[in-house]
Amino acid sequence: MTSKNKWLSTPYLLWSIVFIIIPLCMIIYYGLTDKTGAFTLDNITAITTMEHAKALRLSMVLSLISTLICFLLAYPLAMILANMKVGQHSFIILIFILPMWMNFLLRTLAWQTLLEKSGVINSVLSFFHLPNINIINTPYAIVLGMVYNFLPFMVLPLYNALSKIDDNVINAAHDLGANGIHTFFRIILPLSVPGIISGITMVFVPALTTFVISTLLGGSKILLIGNIIEQEFTQTSNWNLGSGLSVVLMFFIILNMIISTVFDKDGEGSML
Amino acid sequence: MKNAAKKIYIALIFIFLYAPIATLMVLSFNASKTRAKWGGFTFRWYASLFKNEVILKALSNTLIIAFCSALIATVIGTIACIAMSGMHRRTKAVILGITNIPMLNADIVTGISLMLLFISFGFRFGMGTILLAHISFNIPYVILSVMPRMKQLNPSTYEAALDLGASELTAFFQVVFPDLFPGVLSGFLMAFTMSLDDFIITHFTKGAGVDTLSTKIYTEVKKGIKPEMYALSTLIFVTVLTLLFLVNFSPTKKSNQTGID
Amino acid sequence: MSKELIHLSDISKSFDGQMVLDELDLKIHENEFVTLLGPSGCGKTTTLRILGGFTLPDTGKVFFDGHDITRVPPNKRALNTVFQKYALFTHMTIAENIAFGLKIKKKSKKYIDDKIHYALKLVNLDGYEKRMPDSLSGGQQQRIAIARAIVNEPKVLLLDEPLGALDLKLRQEMQYELIRMKNELGITFVYVTHDQEEALTMSDTIVVMNQGYIQQIGSPESIYNEPENAFVADFIGDSNIIPATMIEDKLVSILDTRFACVDTGFGHNTPVDVVIRPEDVELTAPSEGIIQGVVTHLIFKGVHYEMEVMANGFEWLVQSTTMYPVGQKVGIKVDPFNIQIMNKPESEDEEAVAIDI
Repeated sequence: MTSKNKWLSTPYLLWSIVFIIIPLCMIIYYGLTDKTGAFTLDNITAITTMEHAKALRLSMVLSLISTLICFLLAYPLAMILANMKVGQHSFIILIFILPMWMNFLLRTLAWQTLLEKSGVINSVLSFFHLPNINIINTPYAIVLGMVYNFLPFMVLPLYNALSKIDDNVINAAHDLGANGIHTFFRIILPLSVPGIISGITMVFVPALTTFVISTLLGGSKILLIGNIIEQEFTQTSNWNLGSGLSVVLMFFIILNMIISTVFDKDGEGSML
Repeated sequence: MKNAAKKIYIALIFIFLYAPIATLMVLSFNASKTRAKWGGFTFRWYASLFKNEVILKALSNTLIIAFCSALIATVIGTIACIAMSGMHRRTKAVILGITNIPMLNADIVTGISLMLLFISFGFRFGMGTILLAHISFNIPYVILSVMPRMKQLNPSTYEAALDLGASELTAFFQVVFPDLFPGVLSGFLMAFTMSLDDFIITHFTKGAGVDTLSTKIYTEVKKGIKPEMYALSTLIFVTVLTLLFLVNFSPTKKSNQTGID
Repeated sequence: MSKELIHLSDISKSFDGQMVLDELDLKIHENEFVTLLGPSGCGKTTTLRILGGFTLPDTGKVFFDGHDITRVPPNKRALNTVFQKYALFTHMTIAENIAFGLKIKKKSKKYIDDKIHYALKLVNLDGYEKRMPDSLSGGQQQRIAIARAIVNEPKVLLLDEPLGALDLKLRQEMQYELIRMKNELGITFVYVTHDQEEALTMSDTIVVMNQGYIQQIGSPESIYNEPENAFVADFIGDSNIIPATMIEDKLVSILDTRFACVDTGFGHNTPVDVVIRPEDVELTAPSEGIIQGVVTHLIFKGVHYEMEVMANGFEWLVQSTTMYPVGQKVGIKVDPFNIQIMNKPESEDEEAVAIDI
């Protein structure tokens, strides 16, 4: 519409400044000061202490593994869904968003019931005379929880990117002599890069920073970086240290954002 | 053969996604109070649910916040989209970049940052702070839903309405808004869903004594979840599912396309 | 006539129970520019997709150079396609797009570079190697799509409404370009369009299709001047299609008036349709005409005037460089050679016409 409507963006801009920009600046401020308000780098360097470094490393490893598993599970699924040409784009999105109507904590807790020694999964395995799995309260259960919770965030951008590829582009590749493998690696995969990047971002960030999944499925012994930050705020009330560690996390998140904007300029891989 | 493999693959993924939901539904009928044992079939938890004022209060808090935050986010987000459509590419890119921050940022960082803001500016923690936080993370979902429809909009329709004598407001509400409406609606529903499902941000921005369903469940984790919670979740899920089936499979929505020539 | 290259033999295809092609039989020769022409839904694109290998016919066979290629996948066929809306690979440069097929065939770098250079020269886009497809105009993208196909040295180039997305001026330019390219390459072009002017300008042979049937096959001149049925006459150019009776050889009664014509062999008193092109209707003083009428409409069209003349209950479409004002009484004359006699169709849907080229 006309440019005189520009002032209409004022409420949103104000809102963004007050509730997005300023809060982020506050984290950085708290992270770079001590309790008296004096400048310090101690909260940042605290990441190198044994306990924190171990938690960060574990978070990194588990979130990278989860992201990889999500990608490997989601790509074939997204390809199948995109090829089905259901036309009902919104219906596919719906199927993956629908589980969110059952509380996320309860859904994650349900895995406890499923994974327990005498739980549903082991009963099924026993029935087929397969070895039981006992992964509850281990890092494996945390990975499973991450994959379970964040898989839709990988599927949807991939599905979106793949269903945007024109049929005739694939036909053209075949026409020019490419077989299925050539077409996949030279055409389909490169054209879905925006979706891949967006999917990786959408999975990696929440997986890296989660404290809920580790609390619910990891027992109380496994501490991720998210757990440590959460405790600094809700139990120890050392906001400066918590903020400092958050700044370290933000470094990874910003890195992720930069990569995703470089590869996906037009927002083609967005989730919706 | 290939098709069968595809169908099996899809089926397995859906079992993976929906198995926990089925589990919770089964647990809501479990007479035994612990999750681990099946104590026979009962409707007891559904009955006691409606007498449990703590849970009902958390439910009403959750719904009020989800509805209000989604509504306010939809209004702000839609207006922002309209404003952005007349902007230069670069300004628009900056605004969309800011919009993306809460989407791409970790919930824990968003939650903490808002908590620090509320503390520093002396907000009283409670429903108000939760609402503000939810509006903030809901706006991006609205903008992402409305923006694509905005791009598809034919600017001439608005001008045609003006040409035919409509005032700017009339032109907007009678011509432009109906075109945007599907995007606005899906933005609202998306925001509502995200708000309903949120735990992390609420966890950091709620005050003592105020609980949503998520935070209530989190405090119950260590003591053991009350089976009424399962009953309530099942009721919510089944209600939504029924509504979706009614909307999605109503005969009017069927469209037939043939792909020839 | 040159050697037969492609034979589509008794091809039938239906989608969702809807017949798109019904026992279509078509032969295409070497070095021929064949245009499949018809309204949307006539089956022309389906025919092309069957040739390209993207659609399997329900029944019938496709022969290429005498070999059955019905079930050969597209990547193993010696034909290449230029797609509607180009289907360029947007993540690759122009050079990479053109090199795609050659790299798969593992050609040497030198060979590929030479080919890219040659192809870009052929389509008049020298120096565009490093550009991305999105930075090109529609017409340029179209040329790249052609370049990408021809570097593979196909024996046949299939073009699916390649000019449909271009504006009129560019479309006319590209028509000449395509003819030039075809002559330079010396290969067969199979071209799909719904634009009769495009078909008349470029083709050696036009195949007019409707509702899954071939209506007529012939040179542009014969299709235009001697349409075999009312559909073809109506679809190609403007025409007056008038019900008439063939009284005897070389004499036809049109609107109860006797006209001399040149056709023979229709028998006595046979009901027929006659086609008279608007530019073949001569307007004269009333006394000099075979029948008399009154001008009812007049439009200036640049090259000529277009008029409608009511005569014997039929509105004649007339194109003439001489202007007759509305209301003027005129006479109508038609040269016997310009009256084209057609058999009446037996049913609503025209039967397929089975002729070889």
